[in-house]
Amino acid sequence: MNEIVTPKSLGLSREDLPNSYIGRSVPRPNVRKLVEGRATYTDDVTLPRLVHAAFLRSPHAHARIVSIDTAAALAVPGVVRVFTGADLAKVCDPWVAVLAHLKGMKSAPQYPLPLERATWQGEAVAAVVADTRAAAEDGVAALAVAFEPLPAQVDMETALAPGAVVIHPELGDNLVFTRTAETGDVAGAFAAAHRVVEATFHTGRHTGVTLEPRSIIADYNRADGTLTVHHSTQAPHMMQNVFATQLRMAEGDVRVICKDVGGSYGIKVHVYPDEMAVACMSKIMGRPVKFIADRFEAFGSDIHARDHRIKGRLAVDAEGRFLAFDIDDLTGIGPYSVYPRTSAVEGNQVVNLCGGPYAFANYRCTTTVVLQNKSPTCQYRAVGHPIATTVTEGLVDLAAEALGMDKVALRRKNLIRDDAYPCTSPAGMRFEGLSHHASLDKLLEMVPVEKIRADQAEQRKRGVYRGLGFASFIELTNPSPFMYGIGGAKISAQDGCTVRMDPDGSLVALSGVTEQGQGTEAILAQIVAHGVGVPVSKVKVVTGDTQTTPYGGGTWACRGAGIGGEAALQSAIALKEQILEVAGAMLQAQAASLDIVMGEVVDKATGQVRMPLAELGRIVYYRGDTLPKDLARELVQTRHFITKEYPFAFTNGIQASWLEVDVETGMVKLLEHWCVEDCGRVINPMLVDEQVRGGIVQGIGGALYEHCIYNEDGQLLTTTLADYLVPMAAEMPDMHVGHVETPTKESLLGAKGAGEAGTAGAPAAIMNAINDALSPLGARVLAQPFTPDRILRALGTIA
Amino acid sequence: MKWPAMGYARVESLDELWRVLDAAGPEAQILAGGQSLLATLSFRLSEPSGLIDITRIPALHGVSVTGGTLRLGALTRHADLGRDPLVAAHAPILAKAAPLIAHPAIRNRGTIGGSLALADPAAELPACVVALDATIVVASRGGERRVPAADFFQGLFTTDLQPGEIITAVEVPVATPASHQTIVEVTRRSGDYAMAGLAAVLAMTADGRVDTARLVFFGVGSGAEIATGASAALTGASLTPATIAAAQGALADDLDPPGDLHGGPELKRHLARVLIARALNPFLASAEQAA
Repeated sequence: MNEIVTPKSLGLSREDLPNSYIGRSVPRPNVRKLVEGRATYTDDVTLPRLVHAAFLRSPHAHARIVSIDTAAALAVPGVVRVFTGADLAKVCDPWVAVLAHLKGMKSAPQYPLPLERATWQGEAVAAVVADTRAAAEDGVAALAVAFEPLPAQVDMETALAPGAVVIHPELGDNLVFTRTAETGDVAGAFAAAHRVVEATFHTGRHTGVTLEPRSIIADYNRADGTLTVHHSTQAPHMMQNVFATQLRMAEGDVRVICKDVGGSYGIKVHVYPDEMAVACMSKIMGRPVKFIADRFEAFGSDIHARDHRIKGRLAVDAEGRFLAFDIDDLTGIGPYSVYPRTSAVEGNQVVNLCGGPYAFANYRCTTTVVLQNKSPTCQYRAVGHPIATTVTEGLVDLAAEALGMDKVALRRKNLIRDDAYPCTSPAGMRFEGLSHHASLDKLLEMVPVEKIRADQAEQRKRGVYRGLGFASFIELTNPSPFMYGIGGAKISAQDGCTVRMDPDGSLVALSGVTEQGQGTEAILAQIVAHGVGVPVSKVKVVTGDTQTTPYGGGTWACRGAGIGGEAALQSAIALKEQILEVAGAMLQAQAASLDIVMGEVVDKATGQVRMPLAELGRIVYYRGDTLPKDLARELVQTRHFITKEYPFAFTNGIQASWLEVDVETGMVKLLEHWCVEDCGRVINPMLVDEQVRGGIVQGIGGALYEHCIYNEDGQLLTTTLADYLVPMAAEMPDMHVGHVETPTKESLLGAKGAGEAGTAGAPAAIMNAINDALSPLGARVLAQPFTPDRILRALGTIA
Repeated sequence: MKWPAMGYARVESLDELWRVLDAAGPEAQILAGGQSLLATLSFRLSEPSGLIDITRIPALHGVSVTGGTLRLGALTRHADLGRDPLVAAHAPILAKAAPLIAHPAIRNRGTIGGSLALADPAAELPACVVALDATIVVASRGGERRVPAADFFQGLFTTDLQPGEIITAVEVPVATPASHQTIVEVTRRSGDYAMAGLAAVLAMTADGRVDTARLVFFGVGSGAEIATGASAALTGASLTPATIAAAQGALADDLDPPGDLHGGPELKRHLARVLIARALNPFLASAEQAA
């Protein structure tokens, strides 16, 4: 374990180390504000001279914008101004979402509002600004936009075929990116295999459905040439750069403020054209403009994700050892790659992660990313992971059946040994230290497999079909610049934290990572309290303001704890050293002989209280004249952290699902769910457990319910919460969460990410459990979501 | 989206309602529980000139029994159906239907009159009142008229309600010892609109013979769909696994379901057959249930 003193590392109780907060379930300091409705979401912010924007959105998947007649809209009471794509292009440069390290990737320039054509149903094509949102919508209703519908390329399977509608003719075709990689001798391995299993999997296009929709207020001040943006975002500094660059401003003249955010899940880390349009309109009008997406437009304008078809093959030898995986992934991403992360990363991640938990030598993968006339897709919680896990674990179960082997035994035989690290996967992923076998052992302590199998057999006699499914997974966390920075994207992989002590001995921590409801600020407070030695109640955390917090990447890809947490710990330790220097001078003691416990300077050896921090603060801030002249007394420290040894800190885990399939109706009833995961050092067990549970629920959503359904014309049919089915509490099973802790050695804190583990493994565990349940009936489902219709078709009940 | 601007009036009596309706004109909408209407306003799917709130009219409230009739005021909330002892005793299918309707917040506001007036094809209550052979009481300035439930519903979101009329009450023949009432449905999540649902009201003799049967489906057509053939297959026969199978077989000619986001017509036909068994199996003599 890394050298942070915790009660656990010393074999002591919490009472022995009262301000030891790392590893404790400390209540979140911001939770009362959230449940009492006293949070400040972007829509809660009102500014003088504020106007509101509403958008006319394309009713067609693909159409030429023939004309926009604004006269009637401008006559609507309350309407201030109407904007078209051409109006905004005067103040805003288009962006092209490609990454240099994804060789050959291409996409088309995207404008805040399109100039000539709408390329998906739901794309904003004109904006009305009015005194109220209702008046803006009245204005939108009065806009007369003439569209000339064009043929739409909806199906990704035909996007590259002859005769496909080429969405951006200047690109030549609809191919965004493709990559084939091979390690070892895949053909030889398949030729020599004892058994080869193969299957085609589909994962359903779905979306994030944040409780707080996308929200933005842009406020351009002509008097000082600054743009202040109140934004519901995960990445304030990235957006600062984007607004400055696209609007031709100096980065220092743009400030992004992001107070409370009601959920993000990756939805709020992208550049949305309608939000850019709001910034443009504010720049042109010189007044604050607010846009809050409503649920209806969110379904058609928030990014979607997970629209993949994956063909997978697995070769095994007679003993059940995995010889080779062969993966062919196809994904349709809508008409544009999304800026700046791009829409090729998800597919790339799928093929980087397939087979990830297992030891095998030969790997071939192809990812193909194509354009289509649907909503753009991009990174959404657990990017690519649930897809890769579904393919891998689906193939593993098929192999077990082909070999006649127990599914757990086959996994145990092939999971990378816990003493094999560091090692590199055939896909090129470098693993510092994982715990697949320890996690499997822990899972089997939690899951009563024998009892379940006995119940399963008994129930089958009664015509009740229950199934148990397993899914091992790896998760990519703590990303380095290898994720985006090397591709040219101005997305920071480093992050910083400033910790200062105020006169009363209280601490303020300013961090570049952000809070979206998951508890980032809680763990930062714990880490800082632990690092300095104060009660956690003495720490205030500030996030989400580019003008006051250290420069950082924000919260995404599981980096808040691992990157932001380490920066906080290092700056807290530095501040503690500084405080003890000052205390030593005041107490005429060696700094090394002193410590800070619960907000008081104590003698390290005896624990005797020497001075409260408030007294030290009083002297430093008000009676600095009494201190030695050359004594450094800046009670503020900043540290930044970036991972240097590994491109990513991988985590691992395994899930199990126990469920019942009603074979008459095709309904799936989830009975119980287990997850053991290893996110390295656990900072707050309760928050980690709830992250895992929330992640599992989102995985269940993808497996059973959530689906952005389009018709053949490219019309999105699921635009309300009555049609787009999010998982609800009543259908959720009991979820049991266990941990194995393998801290990363890259940081003192040792924390890796925990936010995506649940989502990564849940769909595969559910798929395998459904197929286990259906196995006596000879049915199998491989296309998510596993709806009653699909299950009844697999059973042959309906054709 | 935000509602368009519109007027609002709250009336305290039916007389006041008629006056306000006249003044407001045909573009005004009656507002009761608002659980469907308000959503359509938020989508700007309807833009009435104004809303006339009837929720404070005393004559539209209350549950009572007179003679052989249970009278439910039009403003009876779904939640009330689920907890009113008179409903439980005299129209148990309505008490069973209540927890299937959406979620508690909606059940606390939504009204039986509103649900019947909307005639959503996937809603529980229209099917229940048709299965119960209830009477819908409607009123206008010109007076009151009574419409058998089966005639009241005329298709997709279409009823016999004329301009200027509102539902004032539902009258249900009280259950007798022979009554066997049940409602079953298949939903993706609890509270969702049914993929398919069945309201079944049977009169059975003590020895298991079916005197009358009304099987009414919802979520599988344009409204509350009476399964005439399946109902006939049961009538006059003893309820046995064989007669249940016969009723399932007769369904083919009863239903012509459209597809929806959950699947095609065949899925709905299949689920409807499954629901017949799930509804009726509990009414089999216990020996046959075990078999």
